[in-house]
Amino acid sequence: MADRNAALTPAAPLTPPKKRKKAKQPLKRYAVFFFLPTAAAFTLAFLAPFLWGIFLSFCEFFTITDATWIGLDNYRRALQDVGFLYSFGFSALFTLVTVVLINVAAFFVAYALTRKIRGSNLFRTVFFMPNLIGGIVLGFIWQILLNGLLGLYGTSLAASTAYGFWGLVLLTAWQQIGYMMIIYISGLQNVPHTMLEAAKIDGATSWQTLRKVIIPQVRPSITICTFLTLTNSFKLYDQNAALTPNSLPYKILEDGSHIKTTATIAKNIVDQFNENYFGTDGIAQAKSILFFLVVVVIALLQLYFTRKKEESA
Amino acid sequence: MKKRIALLLSILLTLSLTALAGCASKQDGGSDSSSGKVYYLQFKPEQDQQWQDLAKAYTKETGVPVTVVTAAEGTYESTLKNEITKSNAPTLFQVNGPVGLANWKPYCYNLKNTALYQQLTSPEFALKEGDTVYGIAYVIETYGIIYNKTLLQKYFDASWSSIKALNGIKDYNTFATVVREIQQHKKDLGIAGAFTSSGMDSSSDWRFKTHLANMPLYYEYVKDGITSTAAVKGTYLDNYRTVWDLYLDNATVPRTQIASKTGTDAETEFATGKAVFYQNGTWAVNAVTGDGKLSADELGILPIYIGVEGEEKQGLCTGSENYWCVNSKASKADIQATLDFLEWVVTSDTGTTALAEEMEFTVPFKKAKESVNPLVKIADQMIKDGKTPVKWVFSTMPSEAWKNGVGAALTAYAQGTGQWKDLETAFINGWKTEYQKVHG
Repeated sequence: MADRNAALTPAAPLTPPKKRKKAKQPLKRYAVFFFLPTAAAFTLAFLAPFLWGIFLSFCEFFTITDATWIGLDNYRRALQDVGFLYSFGFSALFTLVTVVLINVAAFFVAYALTRKIRGSNLFRTVFFMPNLIGGIVLGFIWQILLNGLLGLYGTSLAASTAYGFWGLVLLTAWQQIGYMMIIYISGLQNVPHTMLEAAKIDGATSWQTLRKVIIPQVRPSITICTFLTLTNSFKLYDQNAALTPNSLPYKILEDGSHIKTTATIAKNIVDQFNENYFGTDGIAQAKSILFFLVVVVIALLQLYFTRKKEESA
Repeated sequence: MKKRIALLLSILLTLSLTALAGCASKQDGGSDSSSGKVYYLQFKPEQDQQWQDLAKAYTKETGVPVTVVTAAEGTYESTLKNEITKSNAPTLFQVNGPVGLANWKPYCYNLKNTALYQQLTSPEFALKEGDTVYGIAYVIETYGIIYNKTLLQKYFDASWSSIKALNGIKDYNTFATVVREIQQHKKDLGIAGAFTSSGMDSSSDWRFKTHLANMPLYYEYVKDGITSTAAVKGTYLDNYRTVWDLYLDNATVPRTQIASKTGTDAETEFATGKAVFYQNGTWAVNAVTGDGKLSADELGILPIYIGVEGEEKQGLCTGSENYWCVNSKASKADIQATLDFLEWVVTSDTGTTALAEEMEFTVPFKKAKESVNPLVKIADQMIKDGKTPVKWVFSTMPSEAWKNGVGAALTAYAQGTGQWKDLETAFINGWKTEYQKVHG
């Protein structure tokens, strides 16, 4: 208040410190207006459903407003579900394969395209393009392509778990290599020329330069890319749902129930939710909370380890 | 200057938010609740337009607003789950039979003392438990093996055919003979196969994991004199296998390729005269007739024979998986408005005409008009001829998971990647497991 009064008094001269204060004011004063819409959207669309979801995972419910508390029963049933554990393994293996494949491939594509090759801009654009197509569309396109190819040999994606698995690997790699490539390119371009020159003068081979100079310098990019591919692959749903919609083939168990052998963990949860009998929604909810915790733990561990490497480098 | 821009921006943001909120609330409270309103969450995409038109006609006549929203099979349950928790919930929804009802019972208004229930031609078309009427079937449908009359006539007229008229097809053996001879001479007939592709894509697999599976199940129930069971025996599973093999080995595509074939594939093959036989029902007529497709009088329908004794007297599969339920948690005015709307649909001239002639439904209500559907007419004739309709007992199948297991086993068997005994396991043991899971 005192400030405003002072400003209004014509006699008061405008001194530099006051001016600085004044420049800060609008942002402070209107911060809440800028903050509110985002905060409201975040609360409405994320925080509230998330907290409600945690609550529901301890309930038996069919519609979300009509829930009865049953404690840990949903978690017990989720962990006893062999299909869930299988999908967990499927996703873990898939993540392992794609993280290695995508990062190695993306790095070498980026490395090649930062050499002085003719048309490297064109290549960069083309490699990046698959990333612009949505997951569902990609899944359907690859389903048609792969079934067309397998059809020549009298078989289809639904015939074998291996087809479904490697089809998904192929699709995901094709989609994500371009994106990771861009990150690696920016990393590679930041390697100081002086260091490369020094290595050259010292007589380092290009392999030695790559291992001892370039890779340590692009560690931050490696952290980002590993982090992105790891969580992307583990949470994968769209591509899986479109490529192998029924998650065939099934393994029929002795008691007549089945395991969907090409379902990722997210697909398993959605399918559980859609099973439509009383009680199944609670199990699906418990599964998704477990899934969330695992993703959080993996992501944190991974961040911790790569950070450590960056510091020691 | 900066200050003004900041102010302007924040005002804009706040305004847009209030505008959004305004839109939302407008949708919620758009109609006058004192007179009631109807919100029908509908299940059949084929009839969406007809329901929209009917709703408009009703609003014009009475002023009561009727909203019709269609969510197709596969998304219906999840849409309903979402919608029913909203303040503006559906007042009228559907369940597919006793298994579907189990979930929705708390939301079903007792229809016992309603005009709608009085209009039913027989109480057996209601979903009842004791004295409570939870749902009312509004459409009776029929399925079997739809055939192309023109092509089948070509077969009868051919020098190499061993069966010369339609009445020669009276059981599994005679039907299989026709199918195999057609497949052998498919080039002479200018077709790609006797049967359309038995697609196991989710748009088509219900024809086999649910509708075809109804056959062995029905005969088992008849033999044991029951109407539902907690543990199925699988007495007629060998017959199921025989028919499935017949479908697979005499089709437009090799049996190894059915996993990716869709409902539309089979529909197109049949509509363009590439195949003679197509297992589907009365609802499929619109999709296969019209410009560049078949004409309605080219369609015929045969019972699905599976080689059971006495099947010469067997008719088509007739039943319902479409039951109307009124949301008991809606306001009193809305419930009344919904009941009035339904009464109008099944008794008024506009309503009954729309049901019979536009939606081509056979409805189990007293004032119903005769459906114009060509297959319905054949089905009615068969009943008059003394054939016994096969009941839709698939509504007693324990769960979707059970059907999926059977479907996956059918696919694997067809491709040669699985054994028939997997199907038996999924069918018999799976029934028990799923039944226990669902019934606690």
